[in-house]
Amino acid sequence: MNPLQILRVAGRALMRNKLRSLLTTLGVVIGVGAVIAMVALGEGARAKVEASFASMGANLLIVLPGSVTSGGARGGFGSASTLTWDDLRAIQNELGSSVAYAAPQLRAQGQVVSEDTNWSTSITGTSPDYFLIRNWACTDGTTFSKSDVEGSNKVVVLGATVAENLFGVGVSPVGETVRIKNNPFTVVGVLARKGQSPMGQDYDDATFVPYTTFQTKVQGGPQKFIAGGIFISAAPGQVSRAQEQVSALLRDRHRLGEGADNDFSIRNMAEMASEQQDSAQTLAILLASIAAVSLLVGGIGIMNIMLVSVTERTREIGIRMAIGARPRDILLQFLVEALTLSMLGGVLGLGLGIGGAAIGAKFGWPTEIQPEVAMVAIAFSALVGVVFGLYPARKASQLDPIEALRFE
Amino acid sequence: MTAVMKLEKVVRTYVMGDQTLRALDEVDFEANAGDLLAVMGTSGSGKSTLMNVLGCLDRPTKGRYLLAGEEVSSMSRDQLARVRNKTIGFVFQSFNLLSRTSAIENVELPLLYGGVPTAERHRRAKEALEQVGLGQRLDHKPNQLSGGQQQRVAIARAIVGRPKVVLADEPTGNLDSRTSIEVMAMFQRLWREGMTVLLVTHEPDIAAYASRVITMRDGKIRSDVKQEPRVADVEEAA
Repeated sequence: MNPLQILRVAGRALMRNKLRSLLTTLGVVIGVGAVIAMVALGEGARAKVEASFASMGANLLIVLPGSVTSGGARGGFGSASTLTWDDLRAIQNELGSSVAYAAPQLRAQGQVVSEDTNWSTSITGTSPDYFLIRNWACTDGTTFSKSDVEGSNKVVVLGATVAENLFGVGVSPVGETVRIKNNPFTVVGVLARKGQSPMGQDYDDATFVPYTTFQTKVQGGPQKFIAGGIFISAAPGQVSRAQEQVSALLRDRHRLGEGADNDFSIRNMAEMASEQQDSAQTLAILLASIAAVSLLVGGIGIMNIMLVSVTERTREIGIRMAIGARPRDILLQFLVEALTLSMLGGVLGLGLGIGGAAIGAKFGWPTEIQPEVAMVAIAFSALVGVVFGLYPARKASQLDPIEALRFE
Repeated sequence: MTAVMKLEKVVRTYVMGDQTLRALDEVDFEANAGDLLAVMGTSGSGKSTLMNVLGCLDRPTKGRYLLAGEEVSSMSRDQLARVRNKTIGFVFQSFNLLSRTSAIENVELPLLYGGVPTAERHRRAKEALEQVGLGQRLDHKPNQLSGGQQQRVAIARAIVGRPKVVLADEPTGNLDSRTSIEVMAMFQRLWREGMTVLLVTHEPDIAAYASRVITMRDGKIRSDVKQEPRVADVEEAA
């Protein structure tokens, strides 16, 4: 018999018991559907984490000043001022091979006032490199320049959220004046929208001014220390090397002896991202394995029904053998029946999974269905059909034709 | 005349608990082309076992079985399946058609396993059904046919592969006397066309239509008589 004929015979046998066939596939439908939906949820969560870290900037290292200890109580990172402008210059000048850019970050919270309204947001003092480090361009106007820094010019770059709140949607604020701490600043650019940080902060609710201007107009005079931190973009593929070199350089400059704790900390965003992704992945695997168990149960259901079917059709098997069916013809017939059931379940389950993921997406869970996952799920359901169909099919093919013909 | 089926000292034993039952006890037997054989005997005489061995559904415990000159006693299951497909046609007491499957598809089945292409399969199945007078009922399902018609479908299925031998196990056991004669007339026609037909029966009336009658008892052939067969005439029964 050729494959098409076998398929037709199998299809007809299954159509004889439509309800039973449908109920049998249900196990696989639910199993595959659950696997697809769970993996889609897991992938979606992972993709979201990935996207939010990517928007922070690639190869990003953040150096934060260290903690102080006063009276035995240790403050957190950033509670002490340990990073100096000289540290920054040393990083920029001495570590050219592993560090692409380094920029200071000075931060304050403040009211930004336009002609009509005002908005409380964060004010960051930094250098133009900062925008390169964070891979952040303007959609309107430009970022401020080196000469703005050198001249302590009163210019400001607005985040998209700030621009909208002060000037409204679709209005270009470039050239307008806003007041920060009672000083007029000229808006030179509006940044592209970046969305949320991994912690759920709005990146776009921020304004940026040259750090020199920040020191004189926002902070009230230059200081020896960089209170915020240093943003570093490592050269491509050099993240861990840059981290080591920056650490060594700062320990040397701060005259920390061997065994002494660092008075600064370096946050490696790539590491944080992969840690977060790992935990998202673990959750996804957990969910998918629970779903896989239900697929297994579906397979057992198929095996059960195929065993019943073999018993019911013992006489038919006997007739087929008497007129010339070889054991392998019988084996193939029942195997194809099991396979048809499980593959049908796989296809229906795929639909269910995609539907489930779409519903999940409606409720705000990020989902992502990859074609590979769909293919693996279908292949897996085929495997379930073969594995659980083989025993009943073998049983059928090994029947004794005389016994089978006598069976009532 | 050449022997179509030849048994040499064939023994078939069954083990039942601690007893060994000799269903066939050193049976020597020859069937020639052009025999219309009736095998008679009470139940337990070994006639069903003889039929199963001759039909390659069962293998002898000891002895040799030559079918159309070929030694089949030592064949594998696959080889036996092929022999059943090509050389033998079966007719059973309870018809044994596939339910919910049309007459023509039932008849096509042996050709399907024999690998005959679709168009030819269809043509030959139709021919076979016409031969048994069911050319108008190709698409009827078994439950839409009478007992006699079902047995005729079974005969069509048995002869569609043009076998050398047709084996029939109590073919008239479930039929009334009129349809029994119809079926016997059909066997006689196959026999006249040169086919070897062997049927197992316990009714002397049916055996009367055979050209040779074998009687079995306790696993042995007790008598083997050639006779002038009574002509199966459908009118006579009416």
